[in-house]
Amino acid sequence: MSTPTRTSAFDVRLIIALLCGVYGLVLTVLGLFFTTDDDLAKSADVNINLWTGLALLVLCLLFVAWARWRPLRVPEQTDAETDKTEGAGTENPQ
Amino acid sequence: MQVLAADLRLDANAVDYVLLAFYFVLVLGIGYMARRHVSTSMDFFLSGRSLPAWVTGLAFISANLGAIEVMGMSANGAEYGMPTAHYFWIGAVPAMLFLGIVMMPFYYGSKVRSVPEFMLRRFGKPAHLVNGVSFAAAQVLIAGANLFLLASVVNLLLGWPIWVSVIVAAVIVLSYTALGGLSAAIYNEVLQFVVIVAALLPLTIVGLYKVGGWQGLVDKVSAGPGGPEQLESWPGNQLTGFADNFLSVLGLVFGLGFVLSFGYWTTNFVEVQRAMAAKSMSAARRTPIIGAFPKMLIPFIVIIPGMVAGVAVTELQGDNKAALMAGEAAPSGATFNQALLLLMRDLLPNGMLGIAIAGLLASFMAGMAANLSSFNTVFTYDIWQSYIKKDRPDGYYLRVGRIVTAVATVFAIGTAFIASTYANLMDYLQQLFSFFNAPLFATFILGMFWRRMTPAAGWIGLVSGTVSAIVVFILSESGVWTLPGQGAAFVGAGAAFVIDIVVSVAVTTVTQPKPAEQLTGLVYSLTPKESRQHETTGDDAGWYRNPALLAGIVLVVTIALNIIF
Repeated sequence: MSTPTRTSAFDVRLIIALLCGVYGLVLTVLGLFFTTDDDLAKSADVNINLWTGLALLVLCLLFVAWARWRPLRVPEQTDAETDKTEGAGTENPQ
Repeated sequence: MQVLAADLRLDANAVDYVLLAFYFVLVLGIGYMARRHVSTSMDFFLSGRSLPAWVTGLAFISANLGAIEVMGMSANGAEYGMPTAHYFWIGAVPAMLFLGIVMMPFYYGSKVRSVPEFMLRRFGKPAHLVNGVSFAAAQVLIAGANLFLLASVVNLLLGWPIWVSVIVAAVIVLSYTALGGLSAAIYNEVLQFVVIVAALLPLTIVGLYKVGGWQGLVDKVSAGPGGPEQLESWPGNQLTGFADNFLSVLGLVFGLGFVLSFGYWTTNFVEVQRAMAAKSMSAARRTPIIGAFPKMLIPFIVIIPGMVAGVAVTELQGDNKAALMAGEAAPSGATFNQALLLLMRDLLPNGMLGIAIAGLLASFMAGMAANLSSFNTVFTYDIWQSYIKKDRPDGYYLRVGRIVTAVATVFAIGTAFIASTYANLMDYLQQLFSFFNAPLFATFILGMFWRRMTPAAGWIGLVSGTVSAIVVFILSESGVWTLPGQGAAFVGAGAAFVIDIVVSVAVTTVTQPKPAEQLTGLVYSLTPKESRQHETTGDDAGWYRNPALLAGIVLVVTIALNIIF
């Protein structure tokens, strides 16, 4: 980011996407290639790893798309330090 | 620890552990990244008031969606069925909307940094000290309870020794809260929300498949010990313990819906702090309202698995459920508190299991982090800066905040080991602290709308309200009164509320009020209308960012849900 001391933090949407992506990938692979009949019988004949995995992958894509569509803007504040310690009185000038 | 006949050891394999480990890497990574954005004490304690509403909104409910809540509510679901949804629909949503629409303009607009600080500005030092000290003490104790429960679940599920999990979890939570402050806690709460939904939604779906869909669940529950009334949320006689329908509804609406829930959601700084971290007045008002959307729907992924467990898990169904509902031990040795864990054991294959474990551990840790991050704010601003070391540079208080977080973690480990010997005591303590909130709400609501209310009335009302709640609690614990079900908590909170109001009014008539000019921004009639409004330009523009409209949608959906169920 441009100003290193700024408070507007990193984009948590990408972290969520990373989590969903990795979990989704692992579950999808498990569901596709490593699901035994015992596993299926356990979860009422639903391949739950596969379905959850696919849903998580979709969620991952949605979060990435959202982060792309509305990228995080760093508020440009003139003298943010004093402003912040006083309690962030005025609206951020956009 | 109680003797456990039911075998809860989960069959976790390497894949589950890898998924779990990946989650912890992300949690610590968030702490590390948030660290780079902390340069002032406001950054550390209130995220520099910079977060968007959807983040604070999800954190708002996640801070409350601890594992105590998840496991407790699914236990309630197994025992009582759909009436448990009242804890969400009656016991949370209206109060959250009230916080966003009515109270948030005063909290956010007055620029206070904590709920006790609002007490300081409105009522002066005695009320401030009472509120600050009792809140801080409660947070350390509850953090310890969270820690102990986490360790005992890990012990049950994975077989790790209790002390190992206590220390490992404490170190992880401490590292990210001390590094990144409130931002790290909030971002992790958002992440926790995602994981817990990713764990519970599939569990619910598989559970419903298992019992033959919704209709299958209806048939099986109706045939079971609780009968068909477990499928309707009203009047909820089994939940309240009142046999009379009218009393039961009255207890739910006034006890749970009004005093307990408004007290909790509108004055508990753990919750309010999340809204205070929002980047604008509009975002702060939307925080609890956005949180209310998932809050309406969470019952379905928490209560339904509980109900499924009550009819599908061998150790909980039939005679076992009947015995537990009669207050006896089940022949199988299981308890309703294990409903969710037993269902996970029965239904989830490896892979999903790892995510489910991650979700449960995440919610315990997020609960503890929420306690710590609100504790260090109140301790630093309201105790240390106000009474012990005033007028130091900002960096000093930032350092104090980090050190205090570490000290509180050590104390929490201590209280966790106390809790391990008195598991029940911690439950009682939690309930007792919920009584602090009922008088607090009474004092707040009087103070916000009645300009004449005096500083003396503030703290005397607060103390007498809390004392009366404790008296009711002791009387019902020692058997002087026997109140059924959750009735004792409802009565205690109600007594605290009424006595607080009566005492406050009485004291106000004989003491001096504060001059009006000191109350601007703190009292409704003395606050100009425009400063209660929020901006509607830039990032706050658009109908979908209008707090009142969003609140209206939530209200309509909640009413619809109450009619359907």
